[in-house]
Amino acid sequence: MGNEAEVSYLEYQGRHKGIWSWLLSTDHKRIGLLYLYAVIFFFFVAATLGLLMRIELIAPGRTIMEPQTYNGMFTIHGIIMIFVIVIPGLAAVFGNFFLPILIGARDVAFPKLNLFSWYLYMIGALLGVASQFFGSGPPDTGWTFYVPYSVESATSVIWALTAAFILGFSSILTGLNFIVTIHRMRAPGMKWMRMPLFPWALYATAWIQVLATPIVGITLIMVIAERVLNIGFFDPALGGDPVLFQHLFWIYSHPAVYIMILPAMGVVTEIFPTFSQKPVFGYGAIVISSLAIAFVGYFVWGHHMFTSGMSYYARWFFSFLTFIVAIPSAIKVFNWISTMYGGSIDLKPPLLYAISFIFLFLIGGFTGLVLGALATNVQTHDTAFVVAHFHYIIFGGMGFSFFAAIHYWFPKMYGRMYNNSVANIAWGFNFVGFNLLYFPQFIIGIQGMPRRSYDYLPQFETGHVLSTVGAFILITGLILMVINLMVAARRGAKAPANPWHGVTLEWKIPSPPPHENFDEIPEITAKPYFFGTKDQNKA
Amino acid sequence: MTDNHTHTEHLDSETGKLGMWIFLFTELFLFGGLFLVYAIFRAKYSADFHLAAEELNAFIGTINTVFLLVSSMTAAMALTAIQKGDKRLTIFLLLVTILLAALFMVNKYFEWSHKFEYGIWPGSPVLKNMSHGELLFFGLYYMMTGLHALHVLIGMILLSINVVKVKTGAVNSGRFLMLENSALYWHLVDLIWIFLFPLLYLIT
Repeated sequence: MGNEAEVSYLEYQGRHKGIWSWLLSTDHKRIGLLYLYAVIFFFFVAATLGLLMRIELIAPGRTIMEPQTYNGMFTIHGIIMIFVIVIPGLAAVFGNFFLPILIGARDVAFPKLNLFSWYLYMIGALLGVASQFFGSGPPDTGWTFYVPYSVESATSVIWALTAAFILGFSSILTGLNFIVTIHRMRAPGMKWMRMPLFPWALYATAWIQVLATPIVGITLIMVIAERVLNIGFFDPALGGDPVLFQHLFWIYSHPAVYIMILPAMGVVTEIFPTFSQKPVFGYGAIVISSLAIAFVGYFVWGHHMFTSGMSYYARWFFSFLTFIVAIPSAIKVFNWISTMYGGSIDLKPPLLYAISFIFLFLIGGFTGLVLGALATNVQTHDTAFVVAHFHYIIFGGMGFSFFAAIHYWFPKMYGRMYNNSVANIAWGFNFVGFNLLYFPQFIIGIQGMPRRSYDYLPQFETGHVLSTVGAFILITGLILMVINLMVAARRGAKAPANPWHGVTLEWKIPSPPPHENFDEIPEITAKPYFFGTKDQNKA
Repeated sequence: MTDNHTHTEHLDSETGKLGMWIFLFTELFLFGGLFLVYAIFRAKYSADFHLAAEELNAFIGTINTVFLLVSSMTAAMALTAIQKGDKRLTIFLLLVTILLAALFMVNKYFEWSHKFEYGIWPGSPVLKNMSHGELLFFGLYYMMTGLHALHVLIGMILLSINVVKVKTGAVNSGRFLMLENSALYWHLVDLIWIFLFPLLYLIT
């Protein structure tokens, strides 16, 4: 360890003692961990719902639950997974913890606002879960809240809408905090093009959070107004237009997909150089592609609505832009692979997850183009194909990147090492289970299996059985992974300051970091990712 | 909430203002969603919107516009006053701002209750019998002015907190970020009204 005299953030005692030193802490590292525990908790809640749905679908007809229960489950599974886990996930957990450290700051720009965001997040998340149990029954609209059903449904839709609104507000405040932090608090000498790439990804993400989330906020308020006041914005009987809702919803919710995936890309961009011991390939290209994804991602929302009724030209335009947005993603994949090329690769768990991220993200990305093309979209729209594509991007992309991040930064966060072999075995379960769970859904989707369906025709049974088996393998892997990390947090061997021989700033301070991160704010004199190898000059 | 950060230096005002400006952008986008809906329905039902807009009292609207414009000026003057260190003048100007905001709300109250007397409120039977465009116009009217009124209320609370802080000296000539940000917020409330007023009252 670096400096024994310094008190780590885990042991630091401020004005408050015990649990309050966490719940009232404005330390970005502690808030990061608060988010982490909340995310893990809610993830297992939503994953359990997912597993129950898979059990229901193991055979045609009723297996373990009623159709209405199933509707409630896929709705709340979606709401929790999207709004509580995937959208805040990487940015709120690892962004909070590592953004200030990576740019050489002692904290985010607005520490109190940061804590406030966490409280908003918890209120929203608990309200979302509560909607399952209180009010007039679990919401059954799906996480997309499409009108007219979300206005007509007798279930507690308002609870879920309010939950999503509050979570959106929390997301805006986090984004705002990060933008200001990056603009104002970089260490001396850290010019924009000397900033590591995870902060760059967070920067692009934060702008989407700030500029897109208010639109869904007002849209959700309009749906609440429709339900309570019967205003008629989305009701054709009163002159409104249901398709308008879909536009407003996807104006946010498509960019939201990039809120999820951009930080994921940022994480693996940190991991590849470290475990290849080589400067990242094409730093500038990665920066520009992050910003390009954030920008173009705004203008593709219509591809969710090809079958909803849009003009031919609108569809053509949205389809074209959807193909365009694939290009910066592909540039990143090229850069990651080129970073590994010729490097001294150390296949530790973080890299395993990062490589599987590329693999799964590629499958998710290519099937996204199948959906983005007008002709094939008509066939695959609202089928299990969409479910599979979506989970490959979100779970295979963001989820595996989250696992990569936690295995990469765990020694820094807790100051302890986890068991490598157990982590590798858990990875094996996760990777095999994941593919077995979702790949069959591509096939039955193309054959015509509708999504959000409780029952199905007998010809889809093989696919569903395989998928459910995969779900059990995956959940085994997830539990194994979490147990491994929990054991390590308590009893793992002490971690050195720099177990992976990384070169970014977080590896230059002790593990776990001291309360104020840096004794002295470092001076930055060069681009990041210099490993002192012969490639140094090419970077 | 607490401050157990020994290092929390004084939040420098550039940082604080940048945060506020970004927040104001999100507010614009929040209203932007409603403006978008307005534009779409206006294009679809322009004749109905014309009829419905004539129902609104442009006179009250104009008075309220004057109130808000003047209050924006007094808010800006309060900021200049605190920069010059004139505590009493600052408090006076802030109170004038709050008073004008309150007058705006009173006017709004009478305007809305007048509409209610005619049976025009969201989902009312009278409204249901009107044409689709008129119905949507009043829906938008209540939604937009309602959301705006909520912002006026929040602004009034912010300004009142500033009055207390100026009194206790927590906001002073060397440290006026909070007042500056509150004034920025108040200008936004004003700015949104500047768009709402013609869209709802004047374009007939």
